[in-house]
Amino acid sequence: MAEILEATHDSVGVAARPAHAGAFRARLSGDRLFNLVTLALTLVGLSILVGLAIALVIDSAPSIKAFGWSFVVSTDWDPVNEKFGALPFIYGTLVSSTIALAIAVPLSLGVALCLSEMAPEWLGQRLGFMVELLAAIPSVVYGLWAIFVLGPWLRDHIEPMLGKALGFTPLFRGPQVSVSMLCAGVLLAIMVVPYIAAVCTDVFRAVPQSQREAALALGATRWEMVRIAVLPYGLSGVIGAIMLGLGRALGETIAVAMVIGNSPQISASLFAPSATLASVIANEFAEATSTLYLSSLVELGLVLLAVGLALNIVARTLVLGATQRRFEEEQ
Amino acid sequence: MSAKSASHTRRTIWRKVKSDLMMGVTVLATVITLLPLFIILAYLLAKGASSLNFAFFTHMPAPVAEKGGGMANAIVGTLELIGLASLIGVPIGIGAGLYLAAHPGGRLAAAARFGADVMMGVPSIVIGIFAYAVVVRPMDGFSTLAGAVALAVIMIPLVTRTTEEMLLLVPHELREAALALGVPAWRTTLWVVARTAASGIATGAILAIARIAGETAPLLFTAFGNRFWSTSLTEPISSLTVQVYTYAISPFPDWQRQAWAGALVLTTIVLALELGVRWVTRGDTRVAR
Amino acid sequence: MAEKLVARHLSAYFGQGRALHDISLAFPANMMTAIIGPSGCGKSTLVRCLNRMHEVVAGARTEGEVMLDGEDIYAPGIDPVQVRRRIGMVFQKPTPFPTMSIEDNVAAGLKLNGVALKRPERDRIVERSLRQAALWDEVKERLRRPGASLSGGQQQRLCVARALAVEPEVLLMDEPCSALDPISTARIEELLLELKANYTIVLVTHNMQQAARTADLTAFLYTGELIEFGETRQIFTNPARRETEDYITGRFG
Repeated sequence: MAEILEATHDSVGVAARPAHAGAFRARLSGDRLFNLVTLALTLVGLSILVGLAIALVIDSAPSIKAFGWSFVVSTDWDPVNEKFGALPFIYGTLVSSTIALAIAVPLSLGVALCLSEMAPEWLGQRLGFMVELLAAIPSVVYGLWAIFVLGPWLRDHIEPMLGKALGFTPLFRGPQVSVSMLCAGVLLAIMVVPYIAAVCTDVFRAVPQSQREAALALGATRWEMVRIAVLPYGLSGVIGAIMLGLGRALGETIAVAMVIGNSPQISASLFAPSATLASVIANEFAEATSTLYLSSLVELGLVLLAVGLALNIVARTLVLGATQRRFEEEQ
Repeated sequence: MSAKSASHTRRTIWRKVKSDLMMGVTVLATVITLLPLFIILAYLLAKGASSLNFAFFTHMPAPVAEKGGGMANAIVGTLELIGLASLIGVPIGIGAGLYLAAHPGGRLAAAARFGADVMMGVPSIVIGIFAYAVVVRPMDGFSTLAGAVALAVIMIPLVTRTTEEMLLLVPHELREAALALGVPAWRTTLWVVARTAASGIATGAILAIARIAGETAPLLFTAFGNRFWSTSLTEPISSLTVQVYTYAISPFPDWQRQAWAGALVLTTIVLALELGVRWVTRGDTRVAR
Repeated sequence: MAEKLVARHLSAYFGQGRALHDISLAFPANMMTAIIGPSGCGKSTLVRCLNRMHEVVAGARTEGEVMLDGEDIYAPGIDPVQVRRRIGMVFQKPTPFPTMSIEDNVAAGLKLNGVALKRPERDRIVERSLRQAALWDEVKERLRRPGASLSGGQQQRLCVARALAVEPEVLLMDEPCSALDPISTARIEELLLELKANYTIVLVTHNMQQAARTADLTAFLYTGELIEFGETRQIFTNPARRETEDYITGRFG
């Protein structure tokens, strides 16, 4: 019956009127196929995540079995004698990220406030776009520039100043070379600012105008209004943005590998070379000869993954909450 | 003027000064932040443009420490890698995006959405390890395919999320109007909703391509790199990013010079994609920015 | 009066909430029936149950029967897609498909279903539908222009043409003039009076004067229940129920 319907439809272009019951045969095959295909593709995507976690756990099993928890606290990284420990890299990752955040967070907040409070709409859009472009530059390009420009500049102009002024602390002692923890930290800061700034800008823009006006009506200056109305309102979002930035810094591989010096040593001085979880994997994975060696590198990746995931999840929850609140309050 | 009101006025002036100061600081922060953008672009042009000659685009790398040579194989390699990665990643991403937009409430959809968000936080080097485990090891060697798989895995969550967002932006009245005409649900989703969101979806895909074009870490032990010309899917392949990295950390000045040139080409491609796609959709209100 | 469309003990739910209570109503062929009532009384829900659009919303369901020419459209095995081809709908907000031209919009109901039409046949259908919708003269020179380039009233008539192109038997109009200016409204009302000859029309409206002007029969709904149904003249001059009288005289709603 339905075929007759379609046939007359085709040839005459007039919908045939079904004469009696049974004309409405259910034809859900198109819908069912479509749903099946999209479902399958979604499952592929989901299984990649699951597969990733499983693959990492399986491949790091030899190393986990061999070293257990001591892996996390051991400072040995000795491929020749097959002794591996993650502590130097955990240290390097933490310190470089800390430096990065210490520089990036104030800068990002400044940028975000400038874009959301100061700049007129058209300028804010353009400036925001330029900040986004910073995020688009490939990491290897950042690394290249840092090797030949940033590193030498830090070594020749900044580190001497720091060494003279703060050399009494163990942080700023020792020989000043162009590859160092400090260089990696500064480079990471430059790379991470666009991410934190972009999220913070959104968070601040989500602050309802009524909050600002309430503060101004009380006689607050612009800065006081920001302190009273904007910053507290967007606090959870800012924290989320910082965590997103931290996650980004933790995972940044190539740029860091190019300027950190790749030395699996823990030293107190920021002028000394170091290594991070990501940079050591990048440097040594392709040449890792033994199963244990490879497995240890994968275990480093597992540590990186676990920390990165945890940060990401918490961060997104915070940011979502902060930008949703305005929507809810305006209902 | 009494002493009290004099100090009050002083305080008010100080508050105003402080406010102007702090807001000035934010402007300073913006300038400092944007400075590297221009400095890097300037250096790229200064140090790289002069090396961009015909030979650069058509020749293979010269033997170690010899002058000359080019990055022809690296450029082609990058194109091949991102092409293959898109072939894998874009259909999966768009398909998943269609599914998510059609099931705003479902449990599987919620899990997939969460999974996509989580994947975006995975460092790309870890994704390289994954591709190594599932492609390089079974194939017993580095290959273009492995590199493409790694890049595709990075792309999928990006394309999925932007596709879903764009589909949800289409007003539901449009979908209802099509359904009321007696158009089946799947045809409505494809030919009305997705078609309306098409430019937004395409934008998302192109931005994802721009992102993977700049990736180096996941290629280091999947596609690995190749000093010679190769387009085979089962052999290691060179890429702009890995080549720039290799040259940049080398001790040879000629290679370093070429690294700048390669970086310039790479940055041009990435920025062209980013800027190009925004320029083309500049008047389109359907595309979220 | 032959009964084209009949609702029998129709109830509609949004999840746990009940929007329609046991409605039984007959829509005679080739006549216009208006459905009036205050906001939230269930008018739109009722109409959307008549072409199985209600179930498109997640968690929505219906109970009861709706008979088209004696056949229940809610019977198991019935394809809602086919139902909607015989019972067309025009919505409150004009929604021309933004990526399509005017002529593609009109033909959308056919093209989207993959019906292969030769050019001359397609043009014939487009012209016929646009003439029926009283829009032909205004757009015949610019059929290739985007559907969104028309004014609000024209867009709505385009939607009517689009609905007519698939040759339904019944037309459901859900407050089609609410978003339009008075002149466009008048044109659409004229149009409906012409269409009555060939179609069965159900018109949901919050504008009582519109119902009084155009409809043969009127049904008054209140909080999901059918309060009164009868000839328009009788409803407006001599309503049988108290609630109807209160609504008509503006005591509420």
